[in-house]
Amino acid sequence: MSALSTWLNESHIQYVNAVDDWQAALVARPLLNDGTITADYVANIIKQRQAVCPYFVIAPRIAMPHARPEEGANKLGLSLLKLRDSVSFGSQENDPVDVIVMFAAPDKNSHVELISTLAEFLSDDNVMDKVFKAQSQPELSKIVNDFN
Amino acid sequence: MKIMAVCGAGLGSSFMMEMNIKKVLKNLNISANVEHSDLGSVTPDAADVFVMGRDIAYSTNLPESKLIVVNSIIDIKELEAKISDYFQKK
Repeated sequence: MSALSTWLNESHIQYVNAVDDWQAALVARPLLNDGTITADYVANIIKQRQAVCPYFVIAPRIAMPHARPEEGANKLGLSLLKLRDSVSFGSQENDPVDVIVMFAAPDKNSHVELISTLAEFLSDDNVMDKVFKAQSQPELSKIVNDFN
Repeated sequence: MKIMAVCGAGLGSSFMMEMNIKKVLKNLNISANVEHSDLGSVTPDAADVFVMGRDIAYSTNLPESKLIVVNSIIDIKELEAKISDYFQKK
């Protein structure tokens, strides 16, 4: 299994004090900037959220927004955003959210390794405790780099 | 026995749940097929039991008797408790 830092390098980890609303928290600049996703990808996530429900708020405080490959994912990618001030996604159980992990996969198979590594990361209470407490980008980078 | 992990898009959170369910089944020494799907294309006869987050469970038309609803899809302990419960009641 590859290290999480393979996908989550320095430029894909952000620490932001506050955002206006949940849509603003989805603007995952790193993935847009490097061409991993198109602007449509984000629009599709917002559309799905409004049509169905905030299904991508996967656990207390954690959102993992993603759409389908054909909805604007050019390649495999992952970004992590930690907010100082949490934001509401309208999730009955898991609001408010302060950790947003966005991922994109270009097809149904190439993300197997990424997802299994990410699942290990998100399911590790000790690691996530550090992520929740982190107060800067370098702190977050260190947590990701230390996770193997 | 077939277990289906369900999420909105059918490739991210449901896939993660599929992996965690497999881990839990191993711990519980239960053997079952586990797959994942998106909410839109899932039908009641696609599996014996469906595992999904609470948010999504509100909008499904699958029979309640076939649902395992979780608050967190990454909390192995919650998943293990609910799956073990389901198999004990069977």
